[in-house]
Amino acid sequence: MARAGKMADGVANVTLREPGRFFALSLDTFRALFTWPFQWREFLQQAWFIVSVTVAPTIMVAIPFGAILSLQVGNLIRQLGAQSQTGSTAVLAIVREASPIVTALLIAAAAGSAICADLGARKIREEIDAMEVLGINPLHRLVVPRVLACAFVGLFLNGIVSVVGIAGGYVFNVMLQGGTPGAYIASFSGLAQLSDLYQAEVKAVVFGITAALVASYKGLTASGGPKGVGDAVNQTVVIAAMALFVENFVLSALYFQLVPQKGM
Amino acid sequence: MGVEIRVEGLTKSFGRQVIWEDVTLTLPAGEISVLLGPSGTGKSVFLKTMVGLLKPDRGHCWIDGRDMPNLRERDMYEVRKLFGVLFQDGALFGSMNLFDNIAFPLREHTRKSESEVRRIVLEKMEMVGLAGAQNKFPGEISGGMRKRAGLARALVLDPQIILCDEPDSGLDPVRTVLLNQLIVDLNAEIEATILIVTHDINTARTVPDNIGMLFLRQLVMFGPREMLLSSEEPVVRQFLNARKVGPIGMSEEKDLSELEAEARLGRDPGALPPIPPQLMTSDGRIRRTQHAPGEWLRAHGVTPPEGSFIDEMGRDWLEEWPRYVSAMSADAGRPAEGAH
Ligand SMILES: Nc1ncnc2c1ncn2[C@@H]1O[C@H](COP(=O)(O)OP(=O)(O)O)[C@@H](O)[C@H]1O
Ligand SMILES: [Mg+2]
Repeated sequence: MARAGKMADGVANVTLREPGRFFALSLDTFRALFTWPFQWREFLQQAWFIVSVTVAPTIMVAIPFGAILSLQVGNLIRQLGAQSQTGSTAVLAIVREASPIVTALLIAAAAGSAICADLGARKIREEIDAMEVLGINPLHRLVVPRVLACAFVGLFLNGIVSVVGIAGGYVFNVMLQGGTPGAYIASFSGLAQLSDLYQAEVKAVVFGITAALVASYKGLTASGGPKGVGDAVNQTVVIAAMALFVENFVLSALYFQLVPQKGM
Repeated sequence: MGVEIRVEGLTKSFGRQVIWEDVTLTLPAGEISVLLGPSGTGKSVFLKTMVGLLKPDRGHCWIDGRDMPNLRERDMYEVRKLFGVLFQDGALFGSMNLFDNIAFPLREHTRKSESEVRRIVLEKMEMVGLAGAQNKFPGEISGGMRKRAGLARALVLDPQIILCDEPDSGLDPVRTVLLNQLIVDLNAEIEATILIVTHDINTARTVPDNIGMLFLRQLVMFGPREMLLSSEEPVVRQFLNARKVGPIGMSEEKDLSELEAEARLGRDPGALPPIPPQLMTSDGRIRRTQHAPGEWLRAHGVTPPEGSFIDEMGRDWLEEWPRYVSAMSADAGRPAEGAH
């Protein structure tokens, strides 16, 4: 009986209370966004910090991503006899799908975990409580700059993944698969269009905001000492990654519905 | 001028764990109160509930006519400006050095010039004995120093209500006494309403005007210092005298077998120890809220234990007090009259 009650409690917690509190925090953060004065210093510091923890891993992941796409798709396309179109498929795959996913994972893993660990440590040291007692709203002071910094950096990270991925693809296609440089570049605009880039950038911004909100929520609700912070960081990465994949799917579906696609 | 705090029927639980129920007490304006209780009885939770950091299940906490737990967020931030809070571990901002930590409230809430801020911060640091440690970071100093820095930060805005969570834990005995003196002097000077959570028996016995005691989810007793120091209530008595004999055990409450064993051994708590005189201000002023020694006892017909109100120098404050008061008023009266 008691166990069933506890389980029901746990289920209600996961399905109703936690999401409810998360959305409450998101709304409050949105409100705090319009509170004067904007925390420029914190924003710049955080943006720089997020750049420093994400850029290197992003590039390291983007190169093999572009290369593998080129190899796989290139082989297939060659068998179909459309080798001159390798460039366009690589652009399509990387810009439209791969770069938002890579950006999402890195923002969730590198930026999200760092934000959560930072806020969580402050929470258990009672710094957040002290701030509130001193009349400072931590959402305004800490969360808003982090959310914006994450969105801002996501934007650029997505650009980096696209550029590095395509460059990687180019290198592999031209050097290993005997493609011609001219054809690779000339076919760029065969399937892809500028709106593909725009949708990827919109995704990156949404992912940045989501990951930062999840990380902030988990950090600000951490309890139970250093172990609690560790758990919160772990959950942040898992939850943010799942949320970002769902958002990616929804945004892609919307994009295909709303924007007419190019044929060959 | 301090503010009265009226707590009514406050109840707090986390999930199914009830921390305390139906706590009702009034912290009189400008008085010093101490909250006692074994570890884990929710004293820190009580302080956090008072400033609105935790939401109680029910009950009220009236501060200046406003019910803290049931205020809108914006009003809550407004009322919090009355508070200076020292958290249990100091709660300093780890990214700032001590100077910036202590200057933080001034920079946020006042338009003081940087030189003014500097003057106030250095003065407060001097006051808590941290002169010269401005550039240290919270991670580099001892727990006792963090506490004192936290206290300095809580004091920079001259708050009307001061809440201190174990200000004396981690301090050596001499610093503890000095800190107590500091609190008493501060109260005389700014007449703030002060609530201190402490485990230090000596502090609890000599500093406050009122004492409260939390045990087993209840506020066992709250009232004037002399009332609790002369109380026969077993929990209060055991705690205030730091005795082994009594209802408090290692796991909060002693179990029946332990109590029976105690009864078999015929352990009786013995006579109450003498009530010490209350700590005076260091410059010999009488605090506005200070009561004459023995006043509560006389009013309630209680005879104090033998040797009460005799200080370290052997003076009996029951006799000393009237002389002291007349000397004080003769001293203080002149300039005050001149000012009129
Ligand atoms: N945020 C919280 N969530 C859940 N339980 C808590 C929280 N804060 C405190 N508690 C519980 O409340 C009880 C009282 O804690 P505390 O107020 O720190 O005790 P004290 O300060 O008297 O030693 C403890 O059992 C603690 O586990
Ligand atoms: Mg405590």
